Amino acid sequence: MPHGTQPDSIVVQLNALAGGLFLLSTFGMVATRQVQGCMRFFILQSVFLASSAFLLGLQPLSWHLIAVAIINLINKPILIPWLLKRTVSGEVYARREITQVLNIPISLLVALGLTMGAYFFTSPLLRFAEGSSAVVNLPIGLATLLLGAFTLTVRREAVPQLLGLLSMENGAFFASIAIAPELHLFVELVIAFDVLIAVFVIGVLTRAIHEHIGTTDVGSLAVLKEESSR
Amino acid sequence: MIVLAILLLPLVAAVLCWISAIGRRAAAPITMMTCLILFALSARVVFRVIAFGKVVAVPDWIEVDALGALILLLVATVGVMACLYSLGYMARTTHDKSLLYHYYGNLNLFIFSMLAVPVVVGPSVTWLAVEFTTLLSVLLVGFESSREALEAAWKYAILTLTGASIALFGFLVLFWAMRQAGGGNYTWAGLESVAPHLSPVLLKTAYLAILVGFGTKVGLVPLHTWLPDAHSQAPTPVCALLSGVETTAVLYVILRLMPIAHITLGNGAERWALIFGLLSVGVAAFLLIQVHDYKRLFAYSTVEHMGIILTAVGLGGAAAHYGAMYQILSHALTKSLCFFAAGAVLMATGTQEIASVRALMRTSPLAGSALLLGGLAISGAPPFAVFLGEFAILRAGINQGHYLAVALLAVFLVVAFFGILFHVNRMVLGQSDEKMATLPRIPLTCSLTLFAAAFPVVALGLYVPGFLHQLLIRAAAIIGG
Repeated sequence: MPHGTQPDSIVVQLNALAGGLFLLSTFGMVATRQVQGCMRFFILQSVFLASSAFLLGLQPLSWHLIAVAIINLINKPILIPWLLKRTVSGEVYARREITQVLNIPISLLVALGLTMGAYFFTSPLLRFAEGSSAVVNLPIGLATLLLGAFTLTVRREAVPQLLGLLSMENGAFFASIAIAPELHLFVELVIAFDVLIAVFVIGVLTRAIHEHIGTTDVGSLAVLKEESSR
Repeated sequence: MIVLAILLLPLVAAVLCWISAIGRRAAAPITMMTCLILFALSARVVFRVIAFGKVVAVPDWIEVDALGALILLLVATVGVMACLYSLGYMARTTHDKSLLYHYYGNLNLFIFSMLAVPVVVGPSVTWLAVEFTTLLSVLLVGFESSREALEAAWKYAILTLTGASIALFGFLVLFWAMRQAGGGNYTWAGLESVAPHLSPVLLKTAYLAILVGFGTKVGLVPLHTWLPDAHSQAPTPVCALLSGVETTAVLYVILRLMPIAHITLGNGAERWALIFGLLSVGVAAFLLIQVHDYKRLFAYSTVEHMGIILTAVGLGGAAAHYGAMYQILSHALTKSLCFFAAGAVLMATGTQEIASVRALMRTSPLAGSALLLGGLAISGAPPFAVFLGEFAILRAGINQGHYLAVALLAVFLVVAFFGILFHVNRMVLGQSDEKMATLPRIPLTCSLTLFAAAFPVVALGLYVPGFLHQLLIRAAAIIGG
């Protein structure tokens, strides 16, 4: 725990700002319909994740967290979009998403409720976090985790579902830089690699679905329902 | 050293398979050799664990104890049978034979990831290994590229990876709890040594996040919806691996948490395991009745058995823990036999519909008798191993005074018993209406696998070898803390 942070230091305030912007970009992902817009918000979200890790690494100085920031900065805003563009055909990528299970205003309301729920759930845990940045990072991390799961369920296109999944992972990470900053660097590296493999595998699968079924509206895939199986 | 060899060997084999010049010619023999060696090495690890209690390859990173060795042995055993089965099955059923080397390359990687789960001792590394079991098997599930297979693969990937993210949050909170308690070594043993000082509220959060997150991958109700799809649409040898050992390997991670949670939370952790376990057994038992597809039948039975094992752990006490270990062993072996038999039926009849298969005993005696044996064994008919495991669990529950839980479990087991046998009976026996054309013969390696898989299922019901008994007792003691 970085007990050394003073309550009013500029770093703590900047970290709170990064946290707020991180959550805002998550809301952006919920509210955007375009696949590419969703991608841009994901990139923004990852940049704010990296900046929070960097800020927490400054005070007290921790090369470990700064390394985590750099890994995230290279991995998510650069490598993942590049890999996704290589594996998924451009037509899928540029698609304007029309179908969504819930409309945008209702989605935002649910998202707001989930965020409040995240603060509610984490409040008993936060007494262990007094005086540390976990007060900011833990509830926002959990909120992003829940919002990611929510996007995943209401989206019907393949790529936005994947982005929801990655956003969940970002949420877990946003909490982890405050509550588990000493996690072994080897593990962090392998997790970054693992996220890349996830993008690759799901990208390949999306392409196969596009080629063999002719749609990437994965929400409409329902051959395997119990009743319709005959 | 042996353990490192176990981890390296499938990776090397996968690389060899993926080099297309070698892979196109020799992917199948390379994979077969690898699996045989892996089996021999795992057996050696088991004997050393029995002799020395523990095999340490890299301290605090890679160590194997009795519980890990049990899972390791099962993965290697089902792995070698699945590979042998693949030789005949994939050559018969795949449309594009030139892509088979992709299959074998992926199969090696998938087996690698499952072998990694029980041998790493850091919870965060274990999480990674479980994540890799999903990532490396998604393309195997969708290998046939049919509409159904791709849909199943998509659901499998998205739902289990979502679960894994929730579990990741749990593992991070667990790490936080350990640091708060003053522990420095993020390993299972390190956690257990600080367990009395862990904050209950943090541990409970972590435990529930991991139970729900990995419960998705184990197939606990109500998070099981992807499982019947993926476990029925994948190529049959992959189904045997998914159902027989992948679910078990993930359940193993939840079991690892039990002794820690028991020290910190008392019986709280057991209660959640009991609720999730009974719910899974109950729902799966009734869903078994309405299936139309015999591979789905066995997939639902996997949900049921994961529930039984979790229920046994939830009952608590040494006898129930032994029952859980025995059930892990007998389920992995019996369920792989069931899927091999289902694959044989599929090759003989060309359909997965229960209604279209009749009088198998007459038209394809080998597939028919294998299916009958597998169906009887998995539904819990005496004298097979599953029956003994279920009986041990029920008896342990009564001795513990959990009368309500035992009564519910017994009712669900009876429902599942009749559900499975009703369907299997209709397929195997009875009269065929029209004259069945002569069915295609089952490939030699598949027949061999059926015999190899049937042998332990029959033998274990009659006699448990001394070394296995030792292993099960020690593994049960580890869960007991």
